Amino acid sequence: MSKAMRAPLPERTLRVVVIVVALVLALGPVLYGMVLAIRPFSAVLNAPLDLFPSPSEWDFSAFGTAIRDEADGGFGLGRFIRNSLLLALGTVVASLAVSVLGAYAAARLRYKGRGVVNGIILSVYLLPGIVLAVPLFVMLSRVGLTGNLAGLLIVYVSTTVPVAIYMVRNYFIALPESVEEAAIIDGCSLPVMLWRVVLPIAAPGVAATAIYVFMIAWNEYLFALLFLVQKRELWTAPLGLSQLTEISVPVTVLLAGSIIVTVPVVVLFFIFQRFLVSGLTTGAEK
Amino acid sequence: MTSSTRRFSPWARMTRAQRENLNGHLLTAPTLLVILAIVIVPFLAVIVFAFADLRLVDIPYMNLGNIEWTLDNIIGAMESKAFWGALGTTIAYATLTTLGAIVCGLVIALAIRRPFRGRGVVRALLLVPYVLPVIAAATIWRTMLNPQYGLINAFGLEFLGWDRPIGFLNTSTYEVFGVSIPLTLLTVVAFEVWKTTPLTFLFITARLQSIPGDIEEAAALDGASSRKILTQIVGPQLRAVVLLLILLRFIWSFQSFNDIYLLTGGAGGTQVMAVKVYTELITRADIGSAASYGLLMSVILAVLLVFYVLLSRRKETL
Repeated sequence: MSKAMRAPLPERTLRVVVIVVALVLALGPVLYGMVLAIRPFSAVLNAPLDLFPSPSEWDFSAFGTAIRDEADGGFGLGRFIRNSLLLALGTVVASLAVSVLGAYAAARLRYKGRGVVNGIILSVYLLPGIVLAVPLFVMLSRVGLTGNLAGLLIVYVSTTVPVAIYMVRNYFIALPESVEEAAIIDGCSLPVMLWRVVLPIAAPGVAATAIYVFMIAWNEYLFALLFLVQKRELWTAPLGLSQLTEISVPVTVLLAGSIIVTVPVVVLFFIFQRFLVSGLTTGAEK
Repeated sequence: MTSSTRRFSPWARMTRAQRENLNGHLLTAPTLLVILAIVIVPFLAVIVFAFADLRLVDIPYMNLGNIEWTLDNIIGAMESKAFWGALGTTIAYATLTTLGAIVCGLVIALAIRRPFRGRGVVRALLLVPYVLPVIAAATIWRTMLNPQYGLINAFGLEFLGWDRPIGFLNTSTYEVFGVSIPLTLLTVVAFEVWKTTPLTFLFITARLQSIPGDIEEAAALDGASSRKILTQIVGPQLRAVVLLLILLRFIWSFQSFNDIYLLTGGAGGTQVMAVKVYTELITRADIGSAASYGLLMSVILAVLLVFYVLLSRRKETL
């Protein structure tokens, strides 16, 4: 940017102030949660304002207590995490298998009924989850799929498919169409071409979508609450943590649990940040 | 595949358009199947349930033939104070969070617009509240606002001269200098703004990056002030994305359940529509009533959506 564009000093100061305040507000609560998780509960009660405990005071036992099984005097978060992991990975695989096909059709093919299909997908994206929760709860308990991870998996797949299609479509549109045409002319069938040509080029975008779907499934709370609340051994991590707040679990343990649940998604997000951001915001640029 | 086998297969005899048609239907079939089973059929069921006298205990015996049809659920909802209260709360909550998230996102996006060292890191760090699982965010906020050991109350008692701790998560109205404010509602609004500002900030930043810099540079050379550049050049370019964000944020916060339920459980005047549907379904075990609340909620959202589409169409023709 040229000299002529250099902003005057007050404006630059204002900018720095805005950025610093935004950073403090965004990260402050998270850092606060981390600090409390490594302090003994009694210390938190006695000195709530002491945010910089000396290293000698650090106490990581809350993490172990949160993770250990109930039988070992813990709160079973390890098991909740295993359930969440199974569910989230299953959702990623199933949801992407469906979405990659749908996204390719949305990105490249001019077929009859295309407008209707796109409209349906959009309206599903905007439909309130709580509205569907009522009949899904009724229907799935009718066929015996509540209190069961499979029932939840089906719900997660359908709720993530619209956004996954939207994102994968954005990555597909950005690919050069000529490569696909060349493959078809060389005699590739459409499924082979998708698998061998399109997916390898679009791999970073598809991976970013996978991360996003993983995050949605990993963070989901409402349907887990509705379907699994009676089955303690099947609780997901968010459900488990929220149920633990109901009984008197020390807040340091809850915070330690929150940190444990947060770390995987934040790490994944930062690794794939660039691709995720572009996939989410394409279309907003016009 | 050789060209001779291709010529005889039915595939090869199709025109390009026919082939594309078939491929399109085959590729979208799994998506439509999943959506049909888990979204469309259940949504039709919501409509049926909303007009049925149905409670949780009836589920094992329920079938389409023995449903007792009734208008009581809808009429009951429309006549109840709780419905209009929940609707008012929901609209207030959705409006405030939408405005808050967009204003904050806009301010931050403009502040971070010019390149500086470490901008990428700052941008990534600002997204943390959005990435954070809602359970973790709610746990941290509940701790922070706790009356006994929470940071905010400890700080207020120590330095701001509060005479007693404030129950941020269960106080419907709170007197500040003689004005009563809905404290808990504003607290959940602040939480939602905190959590969703990163997304509005991302969208606005993406739009800002695609505005060519040379227009602004030319305006600056011609002596336009930065305020003028902002309102006359950048502002109009952002109108479309801000309108889209208003729509999306409003629709999403209108149906927000997790954030409010995890923070307050609906206490302190935060009984929004989504929480109301949940309590009708689980606490009162009344499927018909829960479905009617859900249906009314969807109708309101659909009206909003139609209104938005009409509005944006008219803009285009102008």
